[in-house]
Amino acid sequence: MSAQPSSKSVIAIIERWKDEPGGLLPLFHDVQAALGYVPPESLSEIAGALNLSRAEVHGVLSFYHDFRTAPAGRHTVQICQAEACQAVGARALAQRATELLGTEFGSTSDDGGVTLEPVYCLGNCACGPSVRVDNRVHGRVDSERLEALLAACRQREEP
Amino acid sequence: MLQFYEPQMDFGTPARTSDDPTAGTLVDLTIDGVEVTVPAGTSVMRAAAEAGIKVPKLCATDSLEPFGSCRVCLVEIEGVKGYPASCTTQVAPGMKVKTQTEAIADLRRNVMELYISDHPLDCLTCPTNGDCELQDVAGEVGLRAVRYGFEGAGHLDAEKDESNPYFTFDPSKCIVCSRCVRACEETQGTFALTIQGRGFDSTVSAGADEAFMDSECVSCGACVDACPTATLAENSIIQHGVPEHSVVTTCAYCGVGCAFRAEVRGEQVVRMTPWKDGKANEGHACVKGRFAYGYTTHADRIAQPMLRNSIDEPWRAVSWEEAIEFTAQRLREIQHQHGRNAVGAITSSRCTNEEVYLLQKLVRAGFGNNNVDTCARVCHSPTGYGLKTTLGESAGTQTFASVDAADVIIVMGSNPTEAHPVFGSRLKRRLREGAGLIVIDPRRIELVDSPHIHAHYHLPVTPGGNVAVLNAMAHVILTEGLHDEAFVQARCETEAFERWCEFIRDPRHSPEALEADTGVPADDLRGAARLYAHAGNGAIYYGLGVTEHSQGSTAVMGIANLAMLTGNLGREGVGVNPMRGQNNVQGSCDMGSFPHELPGYRHLSDAATRSMFEKDWSVELDPDPGMRIPNMFDAAIDGDFRGLIIQGEDVAQSDPNTQHIEAALSSLELLVVQDLFLNETAKFAHVFLPGSTFLEKNGTFTNAERRISPVRRVMSPLAGKEDWEVTLDLAHALGCDWEYEHPSQIMDEIARLTPTFHGVSYEKLDRLGSIQWPCNDHAPEGTEIMHENEFVRGEGFFALTEYVPTDERVNRRFPLLLTTGRVLSQYNVGAQTRRTDNEAWHDEDVLEIHAHDAEERGLVDGDWAGISSRVGDTVLRVRISERVRPGVVYTTFHHPFSGANVITTDNSDWATNCPEYKVTAVQAVKVAQPSAWQARQREFDRRQKQLLEHADQA
Repeated sequence: MSAQPSSKSVIAIIERWKDEPGGLLPLFHDVQAALGYVPPESLSEIAGALNLSRAEVHGVLSFYHDFRTAPAGRHTVQICQAEACQAVGARALAQRATELLGTEFGSTSDDGGVTLEPVYCLGNCACGPSVRVDNRVHGRVDSERLEALLAACRQREEP
Repeated sequence: MLQFYEPQMDFGTPARTSDDPTAGTLVDLTIDGVEVTVPAGTSVMRAAAEAGIKVPKLCATDSLEPFGSCRVCLVEIEGVKGYPASCTTQVAPGMKVKTQTEAIADLRRNVMELYISDHPLDCLTCPTNGDCELQDVAGEVGLRAVRYGFEGAGHLDAEKDESNPYFTFDPSKCIVCSRCVRACEETQGTFALTIQGRGFDSTVSAGADEAFMDSECVSCGACVDACPTATLAENSIIQHGVPEHSVVTTCAYCGVGCAFRAEVRGEQVVRMTPWKDGKANEGHACVKGRFAYGYTTHADRIAQPMLRNSIDEPWRAVSWEEAIEFTAQRLREIQHQHGRNAVGAITSSRCTNEEVYLLQKLVRAGFGNNNVDTCARVCHSPTGYGLKTTLGESAGTQTFASVDAADVIIVMGSNPTEAHPVFGSRLKRRLREGAGLIVIDPRRIELVDSPHIHAHYHLPVTPGGNVAVLNAMAHVILTEGLHDEAFVQARCETEAFERWCEFIRDPRHSPEALEADTGVPADDLRGAARLYAHAGNGAIYYGLGVTEHSQGSTAVMGIANLAMLTGNLGREGVGVNPMRGQNNVQGSCDMGSFPHELPGYRHLSDAATRSMFEKDWSVELDPDPGMRIPNMFDAAIDGDFRGLIIQGEDVAQSDPNTQHIEAALSSLELLVVQDLFLNETAKFAHVFLPGSTFLEKNGTFTNAERRISPVRRVMSPLAGKEDWEVTLDLAHALGCDWEYEHPSQIMDEIARLTPTFHGVSYEKLDRLGSIQWPCNDHAPEGTEIMHENEFVRGEGFFALTEYVPTDERVNRRFPLLLTTGRVLSQYNVGAQTRRTDNEAWHDEDVLEIHAHDAEERGLVDGDWAGISSRVGDTVLRVRISERVRPGVVYTTFHHPFSGANVITTDNSDWATNCPEYKVTAVQAVKVAQPSAWQARQREFDRRQKQLLEHADQA
């Protein structure tokens, strides 16, 4: 999933967006899509090209939880912690996930396989608790299904 | 003038004035039963403040646009649902506002409870105890308890950032009001701060979560000023506590001439705060003016007069009486033996008007010759000549505030964000509002491309090609018919204009024909000329990059021609504006420092003027002009000139061709130096008279917009005398019977004898704050904009500006062109700023060189490069830079051992002898050790310091 940071692709993305009004957010999306994260060392270059300061660019980047400044694990598991899912057991599910992966919210399992994150509403409230694995949302996830989903992540990595 | 310390009045939101489209419309409303009338667009908060009603506030301050985040300024408005924030709500006719009700009180208290639940309760030991808006508001809303407790998540353990030498950032005290972030954006225009994260995790971040010193911060202190808590606090306040009284005075650094409140405890300055009512700066400051005043109490200050018979002898500390007596006697002896003209003086652009006036009077009336010159000789003398010739007055035409109305701005040979930072911020604000910008500079200065600033055209002129660029621009405007015919017809000399048209129309002045000389692509030059001609309001700001050339005066006239041609003179938003380097360059020129001019730029040959002075001074004046600085030095080497007084000026470091200067100084029989420190020049002196800093004296400075501003004493002179008192003593010793007890009497004399100063007095300065000359019967409160209905000389004069390339050209031996400039943190020769923590930003001068030229020479970042010109050589560290183009190298001269002026040559402006600092053909090669001059200089410095130690022990 994640590519090696390549300044070449960042430069191409900067070129694509530098003259567009409000180009900073789509630029970040493109960089994250290309590299899996936005390398902090690219901020000066992005700021210069967009006629902004490093502080401003950092302010925007840090405002959105979805943007990363370091590579994630090979898979990302997000457990909804918003009100509706909490009401149907999302907290316990989160607890279970941390036990299974041996990692906290916001961190990656030791083998680099899975990054665990909280998320606030996936728009799937009627079918909570909701969990998103990479780009796929799963509804009515209980402890067993969670184990299965995590196991599936592992399995996909095996040759 | 002693004023007990009180923070400056804060109206919460900015005043709404003429630039508002609804200007002139007044709105009546009622606030807490009080009827108030304010301009439309005013906030309810400001309207209340103007009526003396205080609405509690945290995120609002009148230097920043309202933001509406703190929610303590809520009010009730009849007929309006809810509780609008008074800062973001504009007044409306008939509005009825209540600022204090039960409901509002509850809301405010609750908001404050939330703030305080994440704020340390260490008020008694807090640095800003007694000067904290959070503390004030807690009192105003009657906060008594915090129901939420102090457990839970918080920011109380956040770590301090003490990287900046002048202020500390303590995020544990931050209430995230964003005032610092907005000050950095709106006031300073650097955008170095942001709020990172979101929600409860929001914190202030310098750069991308960096230490302040590693971020884009330029340490102007606007954030510190704007902070309502102790989060951003001056280290001096942390160390000493809040001030007990304040004195309004004028900064002694650059030509912007910012007004400051010196905030003092006893005789100790604990903070310099820009004065909101100061018209030059309107509450803004830079890292020099606000923070770099530590030199005034530096251990290197010399506190006693000193004498020696030769420069190989140790200094001997003596009494003032002995020093003055010795000096007077030696001066008379020299005059007796070598003639009346064998002595002279150099006045200082850093001293007050009164001090400069007195020293030139001493030369003319006491020495009986006109051998007086000033350091403006080496900076803006071409401005004096060029503007006098074309427009009739040797000064800039506008106020700084005029730039707020400019539509297209040309910045030529000036780097305002480094050298005139407070004006630079004002300029940037106008550019962010959409004004066009043309930068004419060999270097890609910050204005060319920086956050939210982008020059429409950058014309990277080859050093020496200014006149070619100006001629080509004029050629484009005239041949394309873009000039303002009506203005020229009405305001300028027809015959001269016709002659000039014929001259400039010639195809040899086209941008295409001159491309090789200008170094600027013809298309860009044409584009820039059209942009300026179509401007509406076109304003030109220029600096030493224009004047310090062999054709400096020609270029100044070329600038005036452009402005006249396009009708860009005589109203708000336009004009020709020289950016003066030092605080009182304008004043020192006004005060008659030039060998051919009496105060007010009146030529000595004018018998009427001369007789007026002769009558007032009861002496006979020599009608022949005296020697200019370079003539003095040449004559010293020849043995005709033997005695020189230099006040507050370090010619051995600042003037070109250092080795020639040193030879001249060594030839003098008597060199008297009056200065704060044993500077490079003083190392050649026989008499050292300790000077007083701007904090130690009364007087006035005149800034680049002709604004005369008061300088007021806040502490006693270290050596017991203000500088003018020393000149007075010397005059008495030479037999002059002058009587002055206070500088105000000197100003009265200046006003009496100088038509442009007739209406100036200390009483009026106290009343108005500052006065822009001319101030006389026609303009009793001064003149903001010059040449409004007609030019001072009557009709504007189009001077012919033939481009003559400088002799200083590249060849195989010297293939690079060296040009020189300034950095933000240092000032001129650095005598002051090098003795402050500003060294943290720039502790050595470096050679900026393009990667291509560096590679050819095998130079990498940090290498030593030997730089040689046809007059000398020196060694500087290399910095690879994209700011210079191939073929051009750049350095500064803030440090004495850099020897930048060992390489600069004797070439000078044809009209005024202003040295050609900006063009020197050089070669740069990789070397391993300092130059021979640097080695000699270090040895000389070591020896002279030893000689000084003897004086200390005496």
